[in-house]
Amino acid sequence: MIDLNINGQTHSVDVPADMPVLWVLRDVIGLMGTKYGCGIAQCGACTIHLDGQPVRSCMLPAGAVGAAPITTIEAIGANPVGAKVQKAWLDQEVVQCGYCQSGQIMSATALLQQTPKPNDAEINAAMSGNICRCGTYVRIRAAIHAAAEA
Amino acid sequence: MTIHRRDILRASLFASGGLLLGFSLNVAGSRLARAAGAAAPSPTAFIRIGADNSITLIMPDTECGQGIWTSAAMLIAEELEVGMDQIKLMPAPPDAALYASPLLGEQATGGSTSIIADWTRLREAGARARMMLIQAAASKWHVDPATCHAAAGVVHHDESGISATYGELAEAANALPVPGKVDLKPFSAFELIGTSQKRLDTPGKVNGSAVYGIDVQVPGMKIGTVAACPVIGGTLAAIDEDAARRVPGVRDVVKLSNAVAVIGDHFWAAKQGLAAAAPRWNEGPNAGVNSHDIIAGLAEATLNPGVVARDDNDAPGKIAGALTKVEAVYQLPFLSHAPMEPINTTLHIRPDGADLWVGTQVPVRAQAVVAKAAGLKPEQVAVHNYMMGGAFGRRLDVDSIEQAAAIAVKLGYPVKLIWSREEDITHDLFRPRYYDRLSAGLDASGKLIAWTHRVGGSSVMARWLPEGMKGGLDPDAVEGATETPYDVPAIKVDYVRHESPGVITAWWRGVGPTHNVFVVEGFIDECAAAAGKDPVEFRRAHLQKNPRALAVLNLAAEKSGWGGKLPPGVGRGVSLQYAFASFLAHVLEVEVTQRGEVRLRRATVAIDCGQRVNPDTITAQIEGGLIFGLSMALYSDITHENGRVQQSNFNNYRMLRIDEAPEIQVFQIDSHESPGGIGETGTAAASAALANAIYAASGKRLRNLPFGNGALQSA
Repeated sequence: MIDLNINGQTHSVDVPADMPVLWVLRDVIGLMGTKYGCGIAQCGACTIHLDGQPVRSCMLPAGAVGAAPITTIEAIGANPVGAKVQKAWLDQEVVQCGYCQSGQIMSATALLQQTPKPNDAEINAAMSGNICRCGTYVRIRAAIHAAAEA
Repeated sequence: MTIHRRDILRASLFASGGLLLGFSLNVAGSRLARAAGAAAPSPTAFIRIGADNSITLIMPDTECGQGIWTSAAMLIAEELEVGMDQIKLMPAPPDAALYASPLLGEQATGGSTSIIADWTRLREAGARARMMLIQAAASKWHVDPATCHAAAGVVHHDESGISATYGELAEAANALPVPGKVDLKPFSAFELIGTSQKRLDTPGKVNGSAVYGIDVQVPGMKIGTVAACPVIGGTLAAIDEDAARRVPGVRDVVKLSNAVAVIGDHFWAAKQGLAAAAPRWNEGPNAGVNSHDIIAGLAEATLNPGVVARDDNDAPGKIAGALTKVEAVYQLPFLSHAPMEPINTTLHIRPDGADLWVGTQVPVRAQAVVAKAAGLKPEQVAVHNYMMGGAFGRRLDVDSIEQAAAIAVKLGYPVKLIWSREEDITHDLFRPRYYDRLSAGLDASGKLIAWTHRVGGSSVMARWLPEGMKGGLDPDAVEGATETPYDVPAIKVDYVRHESPGVITAWWRGVGPTHNVFVVEGFIDECAAAAGKDPVEFRRAHLQKNPRALAVLNLAAEKSGWGGKLPPGVGRGVSLQYAFASFLAHVLEVEVTQRGEVRLRRATVAIDCGQRVNPDTITAQIEGGLIFGLSMALYSDITHENGRVQQSNFNNYRMLRIDEAPEIQVFQIDSHESPGGIGETGTAAASAALANAIYAASGKRLRNLPFGNGALQSA
């Protein structure tokens, strides 16, 4: 059994140590907001926070997490910065299909926690690991700036 | 959470006690009535009103991210007189009699046709329901309906001040005959249409609560993943089944003639099990297919004349005698859709019925393939259609659902089958590869006197909808080629259908125009250069009979600062189109660095899509469509070797990222012309403007997509 601290709760899960956290979240615990896009840390749809840092859960083995707290999209609204990002996403009408947006919001929240007023270059550096196939990048940028000012 | 949308719908269809403005005509009845042309269509196909004042709108189009649910709801709400905050939306069940698109002839969402298809039918449904509710109130109060009005879901009698909610009136309204004639609001009375309304589907998409097909959870469900033969036409030779079953969490292994599925407690077990199964293949007749031969085959086939799509005034003869001749070949690659949500299907097939949970653009086709595989009647298959994490035409095909049904029919329990991203890309059905030959003749004043365009490629229509072919002509393959915005006195367009072995081709965001606007607008730029004219000036000179096209061109030129000075290495390119019944002009400013890298700086778009429904969605679709098209133009290229697709994931099938995206400005023309489509316009507008901007910046003329990955350096 592996103990994982997810969104403030401890979950004891009977999974192989090499099983990526993405599939533990989705198929064992039932938190479906974190998405599968590529499985090779190329698209960012599976981004979660591990100890406040954005990580790609599709390549994070459950056995490597230890006691570090995991936050997923389902709980990011409890974080004041996360709530500001979610609001900015809706105010700017960023979302189209929405499938990548859990990961985008997790990356943007981590950025704003570390860099409260990012410039465009800092946004590029933090967000270029997250693909949006619908092409909402223009609004993602605008929403991050709006959240920074909120 | 298990959502049985079909069950909800069934309950409302047959609810007794008249609590719902449900079907006074049942489904079969309305089908007959429509066939006989005897009665007006009942608004209840699209609108349900509960005694609790719940207002549910049934969406005939599927939401793939394009915002159609909000726009379609606006059309109904405008005439029904309800606020956007008073409604709930649900997907239409498979029922072609009620929900077939009048444009597509079947219940399908594609081709940027939804708003065009819905413009009249949804406003009329809203108006009919409102008239019935007002009539019910007037009868109850013994007053003239003309003295009543409806607002925000309430009918008021102005003189007496009496009012009743729609919920209070629904049962009585339901018993009334459906009015035949409806008076729709004039444009001047619109309160919702033409105003930017917040999308209704997005709040759940920012907090993880939105449920896509891949998120469906059904009690007792197992999760599987699939490998099909990497060569089209090949079969499964052998697997190491024992090794697969030894992987902890693996429950079942299912072999099909050309694929193997491993089912487990979770995706990880299934994936590990599939790797352990190590399938071997009989690769079959297409094992030698490669891109070099495919391109050579197209080049050779297009040396011969094709099926004539348009032939005005002997264009080849006029070009032969022209003062200036221009000729070029344009090539476009196979493309994968690669929506962010990989292909997935959840099925529970039982002896007496089946449930299908999926995101599909074609629910009737999806229902039919499951029914066939399961030996059931279509009506025994409940389709639960979900939000899609992108579709772009991929989910207009049901190959993956058919495969899932062949697997699920062998299992007694519900199973969710997820294709890995690698399976999703290598087993995509691809946008055709095109090989187009063009020629033009110019007179001494630099005007076009003749134009020929031979389109070469496979036919999606012939596979997907054979009855859509017109005497060997695939109308989609020449869309945007036969009707350009320009006035050219002699024009000939023909189509050479050439199917490449071992490749199946499919719809892809704006297939016809995405292909032909690139070719036509790139070649027009070449003609402008041959005439020694400015690209915008040259286009204007051929638009005297096309005022709407001229207006968007002028607006985009003005807003982009066309003609203004630019730094060295920076250029502007323009592209103009009439596609999906909308006019669009795009000016793109790019930098070509000394190392030959392309940097996208600024895009300016002017759009005239007729009457606008949700202006912010129009802007969003153009922004996103452009990025989608620029991604394609710079990077997208599906190639084959030894019958296998060589790209497999986002590391080698690259997408544009935020650091590469240009600034985008969209300017909309206020119009009361009939509404045009918008979802694919931006994609169609991307690549020609990019080619033309690169030419302006560097002097290099690019005719083969994609441009990135070394093409610019070798141009």
